[in-house]
Parts: sequence; structure tokens; C-alpha cells
Amino acid sequence: MPHIPLPVELPGISSAFAFRPETAKPLRELAHTLLHEPNSLLPGERELIATYVSSLNDCYFCQTSHGAAAACHLGDRDVVKQVHADFQQAHISEKLKRLLVIAGQVQRGGKNVTKTAMDAAREEGATDMEIHDAVLIAAAFCMFNRYVDGLATWQPHDEAMYALMGAHLAHEGYSNPSIRPER
Amino acid sequence: MAFRPETAKPLNELAEILLHAPNSLTPAERELIATYVSSQNDCYFCQTVHGAIAAAHLEGNEELVRCVKADFLNADISEKLKALLAIAGQVQKGGKFVTARDVEAARDAGATDTEIHDTVLIAAAFCMYNRYVDGLDTWQPHDEELYRQRGRKTAREGYVTMSREYLPQQGHPEQAEQGA
Repeated sequence: MPHIPLPVELPGISSAFAFRPETAKPLRELAHTLLHEPNSLLPGERELIATYVSSLNDCYFCQTSHGAAAACHLGDRDVVKQVHADFQQAHISEKLKRLLVIAGQVQRGGKNVTKTAMDAAREEGATDMEIHDAVLIAAAFCMFNRYVDGLATWQPHDEAMYALMGAHLAHEGYSNPSIRPER
Repeated sequence: MAFRPETAKPLNELAEILLHAPNSLTPAERELIATYVSSQNDCYFCQTVHGAIAAAHLEGNEELVRCVKADFLNADISEKLKALLAIAGQVQKGGKFVTARDVEAARDAGATDTEIHDTVLIAAAFCMYNRYVDGLDTWQPHDEELYRQRGRKTAREGYVTMSREYLPQQGHPEQAEQGA
């Protein structure tokens, strides 16, 4: 049961957004800019970074919904599972692997990011903006994950629901709710 | 922030709503939560700047800010704020660390649902801001007077107004300045 009375029909972060629309607005805008708007990193790649960090933070709702969004963007569900299991062996670019290393360091704490990891990403062609965005996506999911779990939001284990959410997020982005209360 | 204005905008708006906009928790109380979480995350810049903003809201009481960081249970703050700081400390460790008992203790001390929500989100947001600042290895000057001045200005004007110093004016992205 959630720690505070959140709207019962909404899962995960949707319920927190509905509870406090004032903070939902910049949070949605941040997610939309980081994950959906045109960028030299593909939306599918950015969703994989979000999914990976959420799995390190053990947030079921975020890793499942963003994993579904990544699968929809990439047309490939296996690659999401590969990144989850061991991204070094996944069928993704060397550049993305090195950005995932940085994201994993950010997840443990900002001071864990090493110059070696930064240089390794640059050697594979990562730009300053891509490194910036990988750091901020990882940092932002250390917030979103804590927000979702810290309020003990309802997180149903319903694959079909996450597949629908993932498709909505992949096509529409984050500006509007992916799930609306059925009223 | 100045490097990427598109993300700076929602980041500043979030800070403005959580820390500066009218709320049943005072700005000083919310800044103390932000300062405490930033000190738990060992982020020098964030704990110093938000500590300075908190002190500015508290008529310059830097001693209280130090007490909250060192041992908030024995600081001269309300029981409610202590219970909310306990929740914030759990969020800093990870969302699942927050227990029903922590939340009940805050309610018993008079915290509302929105105050509990905002505490969780302030703590979560500073787990982002701290990682963003340290993860990019930003320049963090060690000049207490500089933070005091900045603290007084932010306490007065809020985050969105302050960000105009380094963000481009709308429609004139070429005016973007580096630094800050």
C-alpha cells in the first residue's frame, strides 16, 4: 500500500504525478527532453540507459516501463534483456557500452565517475553532449526510482500494461500521461 | 546547467516548486532537507549553497545548519522536521528503505500527506542534482562568502529568477554564457 493516499487506479509514477501536478510538469518535461526529443543518441539507446540504471536501483516499475519503451523503439525485446543481464555482451554499440559504464558509476554516486571511463567513451566517439546526457539520465533515474519506491506506489506485475505504456512512451513521449484514470 | 539550457529549465522549475514556492513547510525547512541529503551524498557544492540559502532564510543561523548536518535529532528544529529528515535519509539510501513506521512517525508529529510527498521528492531530487554536479566533475569554488551572497540572493529571488544569470533569454540562444 502506498505511504500516502495516491489515486488508486494509477500505477507507479503516474499516481505521484496525479497527486502533485505542480511537480509533475517539470518532471515530465525533463524526461521528455532527455529521452524523447531528437538527439544524436537514439531514443532507444537513451531508454536503455534509463532501464539499466533503474534495474541497478531495483525499481520494478521504472525498469519495466522504460524497458518496454526501449523495446518498442528498437523493435527488439531481446536486447533489453541482454543489457539487463550483462550489457558488455549485449548487441549494442561499443559507444553505448561505454556510456552505460558511466551511467553505472553515476548510479553509485557522482564521485564514482572516473576520467578513464570518460576517456573510454570519447575514444568510441561519444560527444560532450552525449556524455552530459548519459550522466543526467542516470542521475535523473536515481531520482525517479527513489520517488516511485519511496512513496511505495502501486506497481502491478502486468506485462500487457507495460507493453502498452512502452508503446505510448515510444510514440508520444512524456509530455502527457501514458495511462489515464478510467472515469 | 548553462551547458544544456533545455534540461536546465525543468531542473530549475522543479527546484523552484519544491524549495521556494509557497508551501506549508517553510523554505528554510525544505532547504534544510536539501542540505542534509546533499551532505549525505557528500556533494560539496550542493550542501554549501543550499546550506547558505537555508541560513539566509534563518536570519543567518549557520550554526543550526551545521547541527542538522551533523546530528539532526539533537538540532533545535521541530519534531516534525526531524521525522521528515529521517524519511529523507531513507530515500537517500534508496526508495525501498522508507518504511510505514517512518511515515507514521512523521504523521504523528503532524506532517501532512503533501509534506511527506514533498520530502520524498526533495530527497530524491537531490540524489539527482548531487550526482549531476559531481558526475560531471564541475568546478566548485571553496569560498564561503561567495556561497553566503548567493544563498541570500536565491533565498530572496528563487531558482527560476537566479537561472537568468546563466541561461539564454528565450529566442536568443546565442547569448548563452559558460560557467556558473
